[in-house]
Amino acid sequence: MTSPNEIRVPANEITVAKRIDASIAVVGNPNSGKSTLFNRLTGLKQRIGNYPGVTVERHIGVLKHENRAVELVDLPGTHSLSAHSLEEHIAVDVIFGRMEGTRTPDGILAVLDATNLYQGLFLVQQLVELGLPTVVALTMTDAAEKGGIQVDTAELSALLGVPVYPVVATTGAGLDMLRRALVGIKDITPPRRVRIWPELAAAAERLAEDSREPLRFAELERLLIDGPTESNRDILGKLSDAARARIDTERAALFEGEPPIARDARIRYTWVRSVLDKVQKSAPAFVTWRSRVTDFLNLPVPGTIGLFVVMAIVFQAVFAWATPIMDAIDASSSALSAAVFQRLGDNAFSSLIADGVIAGVGSVVIFLPQIIILFLFIILLEDSGYLARAAYLMDRAMRSVGLSGQSIIPMISSFACAVPGIMATRVIPNRRDRIATIMAAPFMTCSARLPVYALLIAAFVPATKVGFLNLQGLVLLGLYLFGIVMGVLTALIMRQTALRGPKPPFALMLPEFRRPNLQTVAIQLLGRAKVFLKRAGTVIFAVAVIVWALAYFPRANDIPADLDANTAAAMQMEQSWLGRAGKVVEPVFEPLGWDWRVSSAVIAGFPAREVVIAVLGTVYAVGDDADEGTLSGRLKSATRPDGSKVFTLPMVIGLLIFYACCLQCAATLAIIRRETNSWRWPIFAWAYMTTIGYLGALVAFQLGSA
Amino acid sequence: MAINGSTLATLKRGQKGIIRAINAADPQVQRLMVLGLVEGTEVQHASSAIGGDPMEFRLFGCGISLRQEHARHFQVAPVGAGD
Repeated sequence: MTSPNEIRVPANEITVAKRIDASIAVVGNPNSGKSTLFNRLTGLKQRIGNYPGVTVERHIGVLKHENRAVELVDLPGTHSLSAHSLEEHIAVDVIFGRMEGTRTPDGILAVLDATNLYQGLFLVQQLVELGLPTVVALTMTDAAEKGGIQVDTAELSALLGVPVYPVVATTGAGLDMLRRALVGIKDITPPRRVRIWPELAAAAERLAEDSREPLRFAELERLLIDGPTESNRDILGKLSDAARARIDTERAALFEGEPPIARDARIRYTWVRSVLDKVQKSAPAFVTWRSRVTDFLNLPVPGTIGLFVVMAIVFQAVFAWATPIMDAIDASSSALSAAVFQRLGDNAFSSLIADGVIAGVGSVVIFLPQIIILFLFIILLEDSGYLARAAYLMDRAMRSVGLSGQSIIPMISSFACAVPGIMATRVIPNRRDRIATIMAAPFMTCSARLPVYALLIAAFVPATKVGFLNLQGLVLLGLYLFGIVMGVLTALIMRQTALRGPKPPFALMLPEFRRPNLQTVAIQLLGRAKVFLKRAGTVIFAVAVIVWALAYFPRANDIPADLDANTAAAMQMEQSWLGRAGKVVEPVFEPLGWDWRVSSAVIAGFPAREVVIAVLGTVYAVGDDADEGTLSGRLKSATRPDGSKVFTLPMVIGLLIFYACCLQCAATLAIIRRETNSWRWPIFAWAYMTTIGYLGALVAFQLGSA
Repeated sequence: MAINGSTLATLKRGQKGIIRAINAADPQVQRLMVLGLVEGTEVQHASSAIGGDPMEFRLFGCGISLRQEHARHFQVAPVGAGD
């Protein structure tokens, strides 16, 4: 099975000059400093792809040291080898060699956070049981020492039976020793098994005697704990029928009615506590400014206020910083188009290049500043540990609409642009929650809706004062609130119907605040930008060229040569496929008060809603005898053949409602396709939002005109 | 298994307690056990969101947040009075 999202990276392709000696899986808890260490070890020599059929990113890098090279595979963070979330399933499947397109690792680099040995050792102990050559990197030793925690590395190494290397990934201390150990991982003797649960080991041995081919004890132990499931079907197939029949009796005797996961956790954490007693010495931690800030932000009310301040700053920065760059991109693509016409003259080819290709590329690139700035903040907040805290603070409010606190960041991000908002839903572990959030996100008023709102409000809403507030501002605020209400209602309805399911568990790790690592931030940011340009870019670009062709062909022959350019363009528009399409669908939009011109502009706006302004500008630019120079003036004076005004107040309100709802954004559709891995959801979202927009506009126009 | 008396949900802010018994029937509670909330472990109620839910607990230096409905499944023996 090959998914279009997948980039297969065979080992021989990333071998630059040296042979890859071994493939090492990098495993650790979430937030253990795993990615920072991985980036430190591999630098920019890494490839980002996807695991087959899912949107979990696959990071593979090469570590070179003293003329030897090994391949490192950075696995999603996990707490246990009993997988819980999608990401944990992938980590476990790769470790056991069950992942399609990935070979069984030759060794394990276990990342252990010195400030959180408790949860870390729970996982590392399970990794050691795999019996593969294993190296432990003890990270954050500097932070641990600051917090008054001393770790006896030699004792820890002796108790685990594997080498332990203390490192500080941010400064690079200790990395050379680790590198040397990793390139020579095949020389490391696999660890002896630490028998912390003799009954389980005995049961696994009994099963092993009955297997048709040699099986790893660790896999059999997992089979006993997790029971026969989809993910360990392979192992079941390798057992004899007799052994398979015995699994249930073995499990019953082993767990005595206790939930296996609970028994597993109880036994292993008891062992972890005994290890901690021997290797960890805690001195009373002195109060740092950081712990004071943490304590203050942990108070319910200051914490919540702090969250709103942070979001306000992010939101402000996205608009304030991105606007000048977006204006510059807009200006340079216009200038480039003008230059093309000047050079090549006015013909089909130059129009394709200027209005199709350059405008198409521009419409993709113009999103980049906002995406990069927003993601910079999201990554900084995530790496500093604040994102988890935001989810925690907002959980109760989000729960009332059927979501969890983890949906708050994607929703707020979508006010800038739904594309990074939807990409940010990756932090939501529950699939139903995640899709409900993706369906709600495009309702948030994004920056591309703003120019459409601004145009229509400036032209048709009087700038009168309501109290001390401006009516135009109030209408804009109302549209923002309308989007929020629609999004929340959508999530609520989805969670009750198509995405009905058990409430997702809410167990969120709340890491201490820490300074984000710049290299990690930069690598993640580049990765996100590339993903957007590649995946969304191709779709937007293709649609932009198609819309260009629809507006350009067929050429109108009967335009008098002496006609002014504006009227000629408007006549061409009427002649084109787009204009004809507008006329064909006019009856559909007639009940909304739209004429064929508005209808064709709305059709043209399918790939990017702000395009509607440009098209309206063309179709209503009839003759320079029109005394109105501005677009809003032209719209105001637009009439039907019978002389009645097209843009009446009910029609404009309907149009605003339509734009608040409909999903006229190819980038969003492309990203929903990518993130849900199916066309089902983008098609549903488009149909659903367009229907709501249509009905809203219908009600507004019919009630208002009655 | 019925859980009576003090639970994680009844710990006061700043108060510590040692987990004594867990009603592990709920898979979501089992997940919390995988994260380290098991019998014999000392936890501290560090903070809560507005309205007291969800709650944040500290164990061995790591913070973990859970909802009250799950915190009720963990019986604890309180240590000290909290603030």
